[in-house]
Amino acid sequence: MSHTFSPRVIAEIQERARLGGCEVRGGGARRAVPGFDDLLILPAGLSPAPLEGYRERCETRTVLGTRYAEEPVVLDIPVTIAGMSFGALSAGAKEALGRAATLAGTSATTGDGGMAPQERDAAKTLVYQCLPSRYGFDPDHLRSADAVEIVLGQGATPGGGSMLLGQKITTPVAFMRDLPEGMDQRSASRHPDWTGPDGLRIKIEELREVTSWRIPVYVKIGAARVASDVQHAVEAGADVIVVDGMQGGTGAAQDVFIEHTGIPTLAATRLAADTLRRLSAEGEVQLVVSGGIRSGADVAKALALGADAVSVGVAALVALGCNSSSDDTGADVSLGYRALGTVPGSCTACHTGGCPVGIATQDDMLADRLDPDFGAERVANYLRALAVETAMLARACGKSSVHQLDTGDLVALTVEAAAMARVPLAGTSWIPGVTV
Amino acid sequence: MTSLPHPPDQQAGRQGGLPDAEVTLDAAAMSTREINRSLQALPYGRAVVVNPAGRHNLAVGLDAPVRVEIDGPAGFYPGGLGKKARITVNGPAGCGVAENLMSGNVHVRGSAGQSVAASARGGVVVVDGGCSSRAGISLKGATLAIGGDAGAYCGVLAQSGVILIGGDAGPCLGDSLYEAVVYVGGKITGLGTDAAIEEITEHDVTFVKVLAEGCGFDHVSPADITKVVSTRRLYHLHSHDHGTY
Repeated sequence: MSHTFSPRVIAEIQERARLGGCEVRGGGARRAVPGFDDLLILPAGLSPAPLEGYRERCETRTVLGTRYAEEPVVLDIPVTIAGMSFGALSAGAKEALGRAATLAGTSATTGDGGMAPQERDAAKTLVYQCLPSRYGFDPDHLRSADAVEIVLGQGATPGGGSMLLGQKITTPVAFMRDLPEGMDQRSASRHPDWTGPDGLRIKIEELREVTSWRIPVYVKIGAARVASDVQHAVEAGADVIVVDGMQGGTGAAQDVFIEHTGIPTLAATRLAADTLRRLSAEGEVQLVVSGGIRSGADVAKALALGADAVSVGVAALVALGCNSSSDDTGADVSLGYRALGTVPGSCTACHTGGCPVGIATQDDMLADRLDPDFGAERVANYLRALAVETAMLARACGKSSVHQLDTGDLVALTVEAAAMARVPLAGTSWIPGVTV
Repeated sequence: MTSLPHPPDQQAGRQGGLPDAEVTLDAAAMSTREINRSLQALPYGRAVVVNPAGRHNLAVGLDAPVRVEIDGPAGFYPGGLGKKARITVNGPAGCGVAENLMSGNVHVRGSAGQSVAASARGGVVVVDGGCSSRAGISLKGATLAIGGDAGAYCGVLAQSGVILIGGDAGPCLGDSLYEAVVYVGGKITGLGTDAAIEEITEHDVTFVKVLAEGCGFDHVSPADITKVVSTRRLYHLHSHDHGTY
């Protein structure tokens, strides 16, 4: 059997020949890339000593946007919910995510479709995205937000705009975006009213002027040219940098983008943190990383590499019910997956709008399968679990705050991860490219 | 930066002045933040910003029926993200004039830079002179009237609303146009992808007549206007359209 032309590659070529175009799907990169699983945490021993795992306090409070904003975002935990649009997700899913964020003491984020009213009502702390498409962008919504996030790109499709296929452009979605119903929406990849770092600086000033310099301005980058993008964003006046690695998910994008663009979250995190340090902006400009965060171990490793917080997208949806074999009525929905050509546990058919569990759909009958109350509880439980796990690992390292984790608490299992994270290969003092 | 105290005559909106009361804000002596804070506090009335000298972000985020005159050249985004206000720039303006305007009126008595009325959702934007590239990009319901020529890619990705070009249109007019309509009084250098010329109707002539008269565009002849719309052929993803872009 040829490695170059494996059965999967042959099937993909046959699919392209059938479609005459590229595969569009949801989810994130399927390929294995160096990630947080390739790092291990070094707990304390004789010196330093660990903190008691369940008794001694370990702070998880997280503050974002301390640089210029009069009212920084204050969160109970260092885990936020990433931007996902009403349109890609059902109204009930957006409501559930907002409620979950409130229950867990963190923030939710809007997406490429404007601010849905149920989302603003549900989320005590809501980050409002300013995307290239500007669908539904409204100064009243901006002023009602707790932070604004200028999106330059996302990890799944750096350099490319997002997509929303016609089956999800229903009447309410089309109304919010001012688009014809049923068309295949392909969002712009550049902002309409500025280009380049100088333009970003002026845009940030405009958003601050409209919000009276009250709320923080985040800048979100799809992880590719991380060092230069972070530097430009800091120099343009960002309060918070959000770096989304290539494992980040999407509601719909070309598979060739998802699998072949950007760099892994592991590498991006260290690059971004090092850049902030080089600019003497560490502590002044906060760093949020996203893209494939799943567990408290991932959170702890990201914080140790220099992040102030992480964002979860796909994982929050899985907690909400994504890829579950039953819906909130208790009904088995396996047939729904089969109709999409997939099975529970492997579904990335968000783009079809036929989500069997009512999350990534605009079909009212499917959307009814998700109970926002139950869903919010599940997501809040998941967020709390992440915080508990992160604090547990921090205590084991002798840290009384999760933000005290640092690169000295990490080693790598592989040479690749050691080089990307710039931490020693386990059992050695060797950091590829740094030590000899 | 600590804000300077406002001189009494610059405490716009705090005096509860009569609608005709006018305040003067001197950009040479005030920061952008001080100017906008004063303008945003006005419940009604008039204000003049003197010595703007191309300052960026003047009169952004206004949300009241005030009249603001920027007495000289403005930089990026004058009148951006605004509602209800009537803003006049007595001179040229930079990039993104009236971007994301929701309602009200922004009038540039000169020429404007790139991306005029970008993503504007309502209101009327008038530019007496010419505009650089991408005027009306991603327009979402506003009306944009350009007295002079428009640069390349005017109306690109315009979703809804109307663009009137009194002069000539540059290359790639209406590229990837959605449901917005573009009227051109002069020559068209070239159409963009998915844009097409459509025969005008009586309704179009009447519409352009009213709009041109309202803008003071005497040089526009409504009966001789050219109308550009989307063919809607590229609304759906088809790989065979690849070469079209």
